[in-house]
Amino acid sequence: MELGAYSFGDTPRNPDGSLRPTSEAIRNLHEAIVLADQNGLDYFGIGEHHTVDMPASSPGTVIAAAASATKQIKLGSGASIISTDDPVRVFQQFATADAVSGGGRIEITAGRGSSVETFPLFGYDLSDYDRLYAEKLDLLMAINSSKTENVTWSGTVRPALDDLAVVPRPVNGRLPLWLATGGSAPSSVRAGELGLPISYGIIGGTPSRFAPLAELYRATAAKAGHTGDDIKVSVATLGLIAPTKKEALERFYPGWYNLNIEMGKLRGWPAPDKRHFLAQAAFPGAYYVGDPDEVAQRVVDLHGHMGHMRHFLQMDIGGLPHEHFLESITLLATEVKPRVERLLKNR
Amino acid sequence: MSAPQNHPAEPRTIGVLGAGRVGTAVGRQALKAGYDVLVATSQPADDIALMVQIMTPGAIAVTAAEAAGSDIVVVAVPLHKYRTLNPELLAGKTVIDAMNYWAPVDGEIDDFENEDRTSSEIVQAYLARSNVVKTLNHIGYHDLEVDGQEPGSERRRALALAGDHQDAKELVSRFINRIGYDAVDAGPLAAGRSFQPGTEIFNGSHTADQLRSILAALREPARA
Repeated sequence: MELGAYSFGDTPRNPDGSLRPTSEAIRNLHEAIVLADQNGLDYFGIGEHHTVDMPASSPGTVIAAAASATKQIKLGSGASIISTDDPVRVFQQFATADAVSGGGRIEITAGRGSSVETFPLFGYDLSDYDRLYAEKLDLLMAINSSKTENVTWSGTVRPALDDLAVVPRPVNGRLPLWLATGGSAPSSVRAGELGLPISYGIIGGTPSRFAPLAELYRATAAKAGHTGDDIKVSVATLGLIAPTKKEALERFYPGWYNLNIEMGKLRGWPAPDKRHFLAQAAFPGAYYVGDPDEVAQRVVDLHGHMGHMRHFLQMDIGGLPHEHFLESITLLATEVKPRVERLLKNR
Repeated sequence: MSAPQNHPAEPRTIGVLGAGRVGTAVGRQALKAGYDVLVATSQPADDIALMVQIMTPGAIAVTAAEAAGSDIVVVAVPLHKYRTLNPELLAGKTVIDAMNYWAPVDGEIDDFENEDRTSSEIVQAYLARSNVVKTLNHIGYHDLEVDGQEPGSERRRALALAGDHQDAKELVSRFINRIGYDAVDAGPLAAGRSFQPGTEIFNGSHTADQLRSILAALREPARA
């Protein structure tokens, strides 16, 4: 079981709650990835977000920088909003990072994204939502699976490629390409039909309720004749690890509160409710907040339902103090991971 | 959540249009309550059979036309696709509109932006010969399968419904009650404004008494 982290970038806050420069969020993120690598964490994902409090708008750039500063950790997007980007450029950026990394550590996760802020930003029409996603995913897959540098593709949302070079090629021929989903059944069917690995983002409720989706994904892939290493499941959830459960809750709650206030302003949500937070932050809720023992047990419990091969946590939200982020990453790699391995072996 | 009885006015078959998170949750909850459930999407029935079998075990994958033959049809497609519904198929039917217009999350949709009418009134205008009832839009799909309780349970959660067709509302009220919730009639379809996104009812969980007092308070200024 691989363990990891993911982040949308988290703009630090001053004591009065005001936001510090967005550039600090990117520097902090880079530092966290380097530390994660040094501690032996398996994976770090960078989600594409375009807001002042979550400014990791350019995952490929963050990943390229991290690729040169790390040795073993796998780096991916979580997710790349391909509907409103050019798959040629996304592929080139990640293939470039792959070359910098030495090869084999760079992944692309394609998704629709949980919000629609990229549509006005890049001048796309939301009524094209489905067509943009389907065609751009098709193009990204065509480039990635191409046997040669030159690619031929045509569609309606982007000029055709007529035997044009898309370089560099990945060191190992192609990049791992995942589909991200928030848990709608048709997305699981799509990933299964395409034979792509799937990444579930579980942001609330009871995570084991995603088990039928993973079953649907695997059954669809089998029916479509897809077998082998590409048929696999990863899970992304919120979470934070501290030496004690009490500290983990105290550290994570203020950022969770801030995030929900910000999102609530945008989306008309009610004021955050601490009872809701505490319910989600304990078994069987969706927030993996606790000491290393509890988080390890809960990851392994979910593994019994989902059979996922990677579980990664979003920790830095709402201005989480940087030292708490770094300590959580360290504990995940050095304390949770051996516990998870032991629990899985003794099942 | 006992099984529906064989009574003419009692809905027995629930058609669900849409197999996303809301549609599958409604389908499972209806199955638990003993209904026959038919699920349709824009795909051919054969193509969604596996999905329906795993996500809503016991339901049957059908075409939209077959689903439209149900006693109640629940529309749970992304709102921007509402014009893919076939008004002819749904003519004369009781239709639950579980959709929401939520621009910050789903983006702006021309038909609904700069509109005084509620999203369900616009859907009703499109499905001109259907009896549209707005409900199930203001409970999370996680909660729908968790919060339901037997009739008469203490502090049972209630759901509001709004519509311009009394018979349809009564049919839907029975359905809502059977799947675990008290049903509170908020009034005509336009009254669905009081439980659209961003409202107190949309954001919270309420008993029938609480819903009635919120709805009464909202009506008060109009009387003054």
